[in-house]
Amino acid sequence: MALTPQEEERLKRARKGRNIALGLVLLAMVVLFYAITIAKVSG
Amino acid sequence: MAMNTVSTINAMPAEWRDFFALTKPRVMSLVVFTGLCGLLAAPGNIHPVIGFTAVLCIALGAGGAGALNQWWEADIDAGMKRTARRPLPQGRLRRTDARDFGIALCAASVIIMGLAVHWLAAAILAGSILYYAIIYTIWLKPRTPQNIVIGGGAGAFPPLIGWVAVTGEITLMPVLLFAIIFVWTPPHFWALALFVQSDYAKVGIPMMPVVAGEAATRRQMLAYAIALLLVSLAPWWVGGTGAIYGVAALVLSGLFLLLTLPVALRRRDGDQAMRPEKRLFAYSVFYLFALFTALVADRLLLGQG
Repeated sequence: MALTPQEEERLKRARKGRNIALGLVLLAMVVLFYAITIAKVSG
Repeated sequence: MAMNTVSTINAMPAEWRDFFALTKPRVMSLVVFTGLCGLLAAPGNIHPVIGFTAVLCIALGAGGAGALNQWWEADIDAGMKRTARRPLPQGRLRRTDARDFGIALCAASVIIMGLAVHWLAAAILAGSILYYAIIYTIWLKPRTPQNIVIGGGAGAFPPLIGWVAVTGEITLMPVLLFAIIFVWTPPHFWALALFVQSDYAKVGIPMMPVVAGEAATRRQMLAYAIALLLVSLAPWWVGGTGAIYGVAALVLSGLFLLLTLPVALRRRDGDQAMRPEKRLFAYSVFYLFALFTALVADRLLLGQG
């Protein structure tokens, strides 16, 4: 079942949005774990 | 057009918004708020970063539990007007993806809470998630009209978890905070159930108004509103808070009782507008925010406990 050009476009857009969201989540976790480590070490 | 979307929709990867919607963001706002208040009202100090992490974990756990709830109830949600537009009934997301997303969020929340904050807080968080997802959603909600009373237990955990994140022990005060939300939930939710009850009857969920009848539900709401007045004053009576909280609890719970009275005493007589019920429901949300704000203000201004 081939996708129409519009479906292809939607698929790409949804995938891109999810990848950006996942990237932001990972970045936030890096920052959070860094902050927790500093808080633990200094406390 | 509509036919076309249904056939292609499952091949489409879900958007991030659909995953976000799985976490029930509006319920989460109340969870985050009461969790934060439990944390701020507890005696002792917590590093701001660790405190933030604790609240974040409470939110993640609630979001994960919400996703698991929607995974399990996708068929039920599809049959009700209020929930039919959620991502799963709309077919915007695979069911197994919702389940895995929920499990991942729950696991992450408990592990981070344990490693960064406190293992007792993590254990209570894990318990609350299992309580909501398994005991409530899967087991008791479809079986007993007391489902909302039982479900209220799940929503009552956040301030307890927030408190324990600071103190590391379970004492009377956080248990009283738990009790307040526990007693608040039935009248809060039954007010809603009274004006959307036809939907619940349709999908076979035994909501109290459907099973026991409206009159019995209204009587029970009054009983809970009276209990709420007593329970909400208990933190003051046991000396856990000062007068700011005490007076606020008296006024707020008194008003709650006053607004419950017309709901409890009336019968539906052709009035389909259900104004007193809608008013009580709206006030009940404000009530919880206001009461917990007073609790924190009391602690910060009077420094009790």
